[in-house]
Amino acid sequence: MATIAEPIAKPVSRLSFLLDRRAVLGSIFVAPAILYVLLLVGVPFLLAVYYSVSAYTIYDPSWRFVGLANFRQIATDPVFQETLGNTFLFTFGSQFLGLVLGKFGAFLLLRPFPGRKIVRALIILPWAVPIALATVAWEWMFDSLYSVINWTMISLGIITRSEAPNWLGSPHLAMLCVIIVNAWRFFPFAIVIFLAGITSVPQDIVDAAIVDGAGFWRRNYQIILPMILPIVAVGLIFGIVFTFTDLSVVYLLTNGGPQNATSVLGFEGFQVGIVSGDVSHGSAISLFMLPVLLLVVVGMLRFIRRREI
Amino acid sequence: MRYRMANLGKEAAFYAAIAFFVILATFPFYWMLITSLKTNPDLYNVTNIPFWFNEAPTLAHFRYLFEQTLFTRWLLNSLIIGVCVVAITLVTALPAGYSLARMTGRSGESLGIVIFLTYLVPPTLLFLPLSRIIADLGLQNSMWSLVLVYPTFTIPFCTWLLMGFFKAMPVEIEEAAIVDGCSLFGAFVRMVIPLSLPAILTAVIFTFTLTLQEFIYALTFISASDQKPITLGVATDLVRGDIFFWGEIMAGALIASIPVAIAYNLFLDRFISGITGGATK
Repeated sequence: MATIAEPIAKPVSRLSFLLDRRAVLGSIFVAPAILYVLLLVGVPFLLAVYYSVSAYTIYDPSWRFVGLANFRQIATDPVFQETLGNTFLFTFGSQFLGLVLGKFGAFLLLRPFPGRKIVRALIILPWAVPIALATVAWEWMFDSLYSVINWTMISLGIITRSEAPNWLGSPHLAMLCVIIVNAWRFFPFAIVIFLAGITSVPQDIVDAAIVDGAGFWRRNYQIILPMILPIVAVGLIFGIVFTFTDLSVVYLLTNGGPQNATSVLGFEGFQVGIVSGDVSHGSAISLFMLPVLLLVVVGMLRFIRRREI
Repeated sequence: MRYRMANLGKEAAFYAAIAFFVILATFPFYWMLITSLKTNPDLYNVTNIPFWFNEAPTLAHFRYLFEQTLFTRWLLNSLIIGVCVVAITLVTALPAGYSLARMTGRSGESLGIVIFLTYLVPPTLLFLPLSRIIADLGLQNSMWSLVLVYPTFTIPFCTWLLMGFFKAMPVEIEEAAIVDGCSLFGAFVRMVIPLSLPAILTAVIFTFTLTLQEFIYALTFISASDQKPITLGVATDLVRGDIFFWGEIMAGALIASIPVAIAYNLFLDRFISGITGGATK
């Protein structure tokens, strides 16, 4: 039998032979990324754990092991307890508000109407623009004297100038403000996630449900919602992780105040570890985030696995 | 007739709801724009209507921003940081994504998930040890610290994004190249990369926007004004003494926001399918 094509003889070095083996080249390809992440995420993470059980400060960089003393001190500190509570309130408050707005917004954007593309592009802005910059705009809108929100309420006769709220100056209102700003930043993301989920539900399933007599609520909550749950869960996980560990909104809007009313874990870790230079206590505060993050990661893995089946 | 009226009412409610969302989302940006164009006497007078100009608009804030502050320096810093991070990210994430999608089989899948999970490790958990590492390297107060650290979240993100894309690419293309005498490496360089330019472009755009959006690491590592990236500079450096100069701050925030807003809108759909990883089939 005649060969169809003669293989071209190439000078074969041992190196190119190795490079042609899938597994070998595969490992070489993936190695730089793994190394980078290992060196600059893995190692710092272990360092953070070690700092938290040592007496390390930037003024006295000793590695003296102190066990769980840092954690014990922090856990009994009333300021920290308040911070922990604030963090949960901040995270779940803003996620809830963001999800409600997101679900409602997605429901609106599902229907075709003239200008839908432009509307979608505008609604996505809060999530696209760097949050630090948008927060500065909100700070100006919440200004104690020149607040546009207060001006509007005064002009509409809802309140008088003397009873105008000092948004960032009173503890409860300040918490409300950081929640609003964070929900505002998050809701476009929720809309997009819901939209991606809903449009991925095959129309024939929805049609079949209608034929079978399923009403609006039944269709939404017993058929569509369970089907889009994996995608919504991934979105929610992102939202929770990034909100729970954030410090930019709080840092810029209220600087944790007034009287620690808006202090959250990330912010407190920054204040203690960077501003005051007490690295070990700062690390211990940051590590309090870990249980929640682990829960979230486990949840994420379960949803990714489910997708595989 | 009554049906028509009810329908009209429904339509009105629908558009009112749409308007509510648009105003909610865009008002702070409108506020940036109008503030940046108003004169100071107009801004700081509580009896003026704040929504529109009570005096002629002015470009004075923009002029001040470019002539009297480090604003252009910050823009340049952000550009340099962005370009360097994009380069590091592409060089590492492109082969990694390809390898995890094609060359490492089942273990590649798990490894991919692990890499992606590192994207979820928050800056506020790592900033303390990283700031010590950066001090040891002598990079404190230098924008090069950000070039070193930003790839810790852009590499996982882009590896995941590109992995998804390579999985969707027909394997026959490389097989054909290999049959034609290409080495595995050659097939990757000559066939796979040119064919995945749209995905690479998406990775580039998102890496760049992620570096622009980042605030926490920049805040932690850099306090020298001339080393700050644009986001940090505008948010923390335009306050003189205790006084906020809102005109300049809003002008700066507006300019820095525009490119990110455009990039996001152009690449939004790819971004969503990237992070949800096709969670539904």
